[in-house]
Amino acid sequence: MEILVCVKQVPGSSAVEVDPVTGILKREGVSSKLNPYDLFAIETALSLRERYGGTVRALSMGPPQAKAALLETVWMGVDSGVLLSDHAFGGADCLATSYALSQAVRKMAPWDLLLCGKQTTDGDTAQVGSELAEELGVPNIGNAISIEMADGHSLVVTQNLDDRIVTALVPLPCLVCTDAGVNTPRLPSYRRSLAAGENSVTTLTLADLEDRDPRHYGLPGSATNVERIFPPDKNKDRQVLTGTSAELAAAVGDLLKQKKFI
Amino acid sequence: MAHLVVHKEFLNRENISKALTACPFAGLEEKDGALFFTAGCKMCGLCVKNGPAGLITKEEDPVAAPYVDKSLWNGVAVYADHNGPTLHNVTFELIGKARELASVTKQPVYALLAGSGLDEAAQTLLHYGVDKVFVYDYPQLAEFLIEPYANVFEDFIRKVRPSSVLVGATNLGRTLAPRVAARFRTGLTADCTKLLMKENTDLVQIRPAFGGNIMAQIVTPNNRPQFCTVRYKVFAAPEREQTPCGSVERMSVPPERLETLVKIISTKRKEQTVDISEADVIVACGRGFKKQEDTALAAVLAELLGAQLACSRPLAEAAWFDPRHQIGLSGRTVHAKLIITLGVSGKVQFAAGMKGSDCIVAVNSDPHAQIFDIAHYAVVGDLYEIVPKLTDICREAKKHAVS
Repeated sequence: MEILVCVKQVPGSSAVEVDPVTGILKREGVSSKLNPYDLFAIETALSLRERYGGTVRALSMGPPQAKAALLETVWMGVDSGVLLSDHAFGGADCLATSYALSQAVRKMAPWDLLLCGKQTTDGDTAQVGSELAEELGVPNIGNAISIEMADGHSLVVTQNLDDRIVTALVPLPCLVCTDAGVNTPRLPSYRRSLAAGENSVTTLTLADLEDRDPRHYGLPGSATNVERIFPPDKNKDRQVLTGTSAELAAAVGDLLKQKKFI
Repeated sequence: MAHLVVHKEFLNRENISKALTACPFAGLEEKDGALFFTAGCKMCGLCVKNGPAGLITKEEDPVAAPYVDKSLWNGVAVYADHNGPTLHNVTFELIGKARELASVTKQPVYALLAGSGLDEAAQTLLHYGVDKVFVYDYPQLAEFLIEPYANVFEDFIRKVRPSSVLVGATNLGRTLAPRVAARFRTGLTADCTKLLMKENTDLVQIRPAFGGNIMAQIVTPNNRPQFCTVRYKVFAAPEREQTPCGSVERMSVPPERLETLVKIISTKRKEQTVDISEADVIVACGRGFKKQEDTALAAVLAELLGAQLACSRPLAEAAWFDPRHQIGLSGRTVHAKLIITLGVSGKVQFAAGMKGSDCIVAVNSDPHAQIFDIAHYAVVGDLYEIVPKLTDICREAKKHAVS
């Protein structure tokens, strides 16, 4: 089975803060990491390859630095990575992102299964997987908790669907988003990190895609527009309690009594 | 729409390094003494605001990209999420919000109901102030299958042409909405925490963004319909009206639109586990706990208060708690009468999942912890000392109540 896994590089921590006075973003530390939700998709892909053979390739869209995230997937066991990177992709919303990814996926044919994580920890939208399936015209399953091969042409996928667990036979090619916590992702291997050269990750730019019209990508290709960003509301009528631990515990105890919780 | 322009006359080493540090998203890169925008650019404009004066400017594009005649798109539609005849509560919450939004532009409120055996559910919707319920009732829709569901959703949009579409952010809604939004090549904003309507029918969508501590106000100015998802318990459900009003319209699609190669093998109802979204009282643990064993302190307090135990994302990621107990944008949204947070720092993503609660008591040793911004009672102190003492007080109070 030929498997593609979509991954993203995300900020290492959510240390981006807004100055409440000036409304300006404060930036502390720019460390990045592989989106934690993607690890479950990568592990799923690698274990499918172990059982049924084939290859696993990772795909990511991002700035040149995102190559590091793809190298990490290679160190985990992915065969090779493709970084989709171009100035034209800047400012992309979910729609423009999924469109760009769909163009890259077409370049990476043939493939049978496209795997994505549940969501990213920076955007938190959980939308790109499903939008990508629509762009590619393949069926998609979200929140997958297990994936098995049924035969050479289809998978048995079990899905966590709110109040029920649904198991379905899904024909290939298809796109599956893994749920969080469905496996224990393996760690990057030191040996693989030594063996994997820089050329295990290749880059695709706009010029490599079938549709080279820059209006379909990045900001021009986005349907949504961020009008403004602002710090969240603060609760103005809060009470601050200070004192010794005993005083604080007593104060909270009184509060709970007064509100009839105890 | 706008784009960013680098003015080459201001390019020098100092300005380049200033511009690079002004960008928190690696959206800029330097190459041979020139600056370029990368795929990391989010068009936030911080390089304009915080970068060297005049180096980068935001230029408005004279012509709005694709022109859409907004007068041809009317009404606020709600996707009615349901399981058989039982409607998911998020549906009522969205209808309540849709009524508020539609009243601004004096437009109708619609509900889209897709499934099998829906007469009862359709009638129920008429008690909540929907002007018209559009029903796709087919045996092929008895189970959620992405392709037929996306097809009837598409059919509804082509025939009814709603201006805005609200979808509950259930697992089903989060799979279905992006598929349909992409089909119409339009915008979809996830997990909105606030929605407003402009006079020109642009839906103002507000959500936490950029990984945490910022709210973003998002619009879909040049496309229709405008899609958004909203989580359960973010908005309040309206009261049920005694007398139904509005009408039900049965819709039809050609049979081939209901076909899919995906076949359901089995469906199993999940065991009824306690759902923290329904809890009245919650004790939530954060990274202030140093070891997993220590959360037993919180568990004892929770038991005395008859509370559900919950946690923030890092504790769920560390597998100290089942993910179902996680509060926040990547977990559950709660609307408790009382929530006591212990050692939770309170990033926007956590706050978004609980700030609708009636009484928020936050314990944190850091007086500047963000959780205090939304707490009603900010308890500045060490949870390791306070919690055992508070537990004793609760135990005493309970003893008195019993005797």
